[in-house]
Amino acid sequence: MHSNPAKNHSLVGPEAASERTLYPYVTGTSVVAIKYKDGILMAADMGGSYGSTLRYKSVERLKLIGKHSLLGASGEMSDFQEILRNLDELILYDNMWDDGNSLGPKEVHSYLTRMMYNRRNKFDPLWNSLVLGGVKNGQKYLGMVSMIGVNFEDDHVATGFGNHLARPILRDEWHENLTFEEGVKLLEKCMRVLLYRDRSAVNKLQIAKITEVGVTISQPYSLKTFWGYSAFHNPTVGAEGSW
Amino acid sequence: MFRNQYDTDVTTWSPAGRLFQVEYAMEAVKQGSAAIGLRSKTHVVLACVNKANSELSSHQKKIFKVDDHIGVAIAGLTADGRVLSRYMRSECINHSFTYESPLPVGRLVVQLADKAQVCTQRSWKRPFGVGLLVGGLDESGAHLYYNCPSGNYFEYQAFAIGSRSQAAKTYLERRFGNFMDSSREDLIKDALIATRETLQGEKLRSSICTIAVVGVGEAFHILDQETVQQLIDTFELVGEEEPAAEPDAPAEEGGAAEQGGGAAEQGGGADQSAAADEGVAPMEI
Amino acid sequence: MTKQQANWSPYDNNGGSCVAIAGADYCVVAADTRMSTGYNILTRDYSKICKLADKCVMASSGFQADVKALQKLLAARHLIYQHQHNKQMSCPAMGQLLSNTLYYKRFFPYYSFNVLGGLDSEGKGCVFTYDAVGSYERVGYSSQGSGSTLIMPFLDNQLKSPSPLLLPAQDAVTPLSESEAVDLVKTVFASATERDIYTGDKLEIVILNAEGIHREYMELRKD
Repeated sequence: MHSNPAKNHSLVGPEAASERTLYPYVTGTSVVAIKYKDGILMAADMGGSYGSTLRYKSVERLKLIGKHSLLGASGEMSDFQEILRNLDELILYDNMWDDGNSLGPKEVHSYLTRMMYNRRNKFDPLWNSLVLGGVKNGQKYLGMVSMIGVNFEDDHVATGFGNHLARPILRDEWHENLTFEEGVKLLEKCMRVLLYRDRSAVNKLQIAKITEVGVTISQPYSLKTFWGYSAFHNPTVGAEGSW
Repeated sequence: MFRNQYDTDVTTWSPAGRLFQVEYAMEAVKQGSAAIGLRSKTHVVLACVNKANSELSSHQKKIFKVDDHIGVAIAGLTADGRVLSRYMRSECINHSFTYESPLPVGRLVVQLADKAQVCTQRSWKRPFGVGLLVGGLDESGAHLYYNCPSGNYFEYQAFAIGSRSQAAKTYLERRFGNFMDSSREDLIKDALIATRETLQGEKLRSSICTIAVVGVGEAFHILDQETVQQLIDTFELVGEEEPAAEPDAPAEEGGAAEQGGGAAEQGGGADQSAAADEGVAPMEI
Repeated sequence: MTKQQANWSPYDNNGGSCVAIAGADYCVVAADTRMSTGYNILTRDYSKICKLADKCVMASSGFQADVKALQKLLAARHLIYQHQHNKQMSCPAMGQLLSNTLYYKRFFPYYSFNVLGGLDSEGKGCVFTYDAVGSYERVGYSSQGSGSTLIMPFLDNQLKSPSPLLLPAQDAVTPLSESEAVDLVKTVFASATERDIYTGDKLEIVILNAEGIHREYMELRKD
């Protein structure tokens, strides 16, 4: 039984030698965003999951980038924070020109796409799905980037479970002339469905609004829910062979 | 003969606080054939005089497209101008690759000026011997900049550089008040007249000048020779009341005075430095 | 803590189908506008067709991030070409450039399946068809992407390209008129949409001829 030293590494598994993200640790779940009459609305809950444990309950996942853009993230929260540091620097250097030009949502989205795609090319991905919305010069912008750099624009977008559960609702009910109130209502409808069906969603969310005028990110609040369905009280009744 | 002790090295100061090598590089700009730029709210027009080196050769290209929204006209060492235009082109391409949007003109100009500045502070380098008129369009409208070998840059409503540019400047100074609201056609016309002013009585023909335009809804492009000749023909028919080019010599001197230094006088380097010592350092230009 | 995702892949397949048909004096390039990942539709309106030069367009399916990177790279290369040569790149030149660009990443390929369509220097339609690592061929018509297995045999049956082994070499362009080619493209996409879940939503058709470039759209099934 002469174990060679190299073999000892197998005790901690082959991953010990890796310095890239192999899987996420603290994750945020879906982000949902829509265009509405005057700009963009974005919603995300505040849960931070540690695997399947709901570890953090006040994670802000909607952030303002520069003057014209709003960024929402799902996925690894530490990677999101690195992205934010990176963007802070980008915006700082942009402001330092002090020449009246500033990066709009389109530019930030393109930059983010390069960032995500570059990291995937290094096999060291930033483990996030990002939503970028904004308004500049009367132009509304809403786009998404995935962790491997897949990117697109649309009138409404959603990450993770939102893609399965929220977008069908949005496809049915979204239209170009949604007012702010209608937009919030629509997002809350999506978030409620996600809350019921996505185990990592928590009932504490923020909705952010960005228009030509500026940005407002709401205080955290919760949605009214109804759990009084008989199937919830006694979920297995009538299921044959169960107890 | 008088020899200047302080002009053998770019990084050596004269006691008067001047860098002669840099000033000599600025002289190179004045030796080159003239380049002119002017702008309105929506358009920038660049023009230049093409001088062939010999009867047997063609002239050198002095206006370069940098991107759809930026172009440049140069005076001085054309070879240095080409290097800088290539740099500007690649900066524009890199910017649109990252941000999918055009590089703001002012930022490109600062990057270019920083590049020129480095050459004034390294013992193993030489300043670029070229002046660039950078014209372009961005979010904030049309812009015209002048980039100098010293690393200085200025934004202008209208400007001219190169040999006998003072005549063009005089014309532009008289007219620039109306440029802001000029139509594209009037701007081109003024560019052509300003170009003619530098010709010292020689007839303005499309074969000896190049005109380029960039503006709202119009990507930067160099007008072809026929178009330029047509333009010349039309305005020379109606606009002969324009004063003919003023005699060159006094204009040139006036320009030198305006530029705030005796160094602008034409002649050998030694002459200049001698005269220049009394003047204010012309670094501002 | 349990791993949520044991394995990470740098690739995805975002689906979509592309078709190009060359005629004597035109070229038709078409692709659907659906972008998917797995069983999800990411967006129903994403153009897969990219204009690379005045007489050259590329339709690409596969991994969108790679496709986008490839399109941007070619656009930048084309700008440099224009600065240096003062003209647009010809379609055959772009064809070679695309091949070289793909092969340059032979050992970490762009996961993109391209057809390049355009007009050659004589104004004749040309189609170049590629694999992911750059091997390519000039043909009279081609199809790439998730629906190509359904589309290609149908085109073969309808267009019967002359064997490349024939001597003297036969012209590869199809005998169809421009409008017949556009109709054929509409038919093959409507058919592919029936069976391929990655093809649908909308069809974008780009037609290149002596007049220039123009676009046409046709709705496809959205299910």
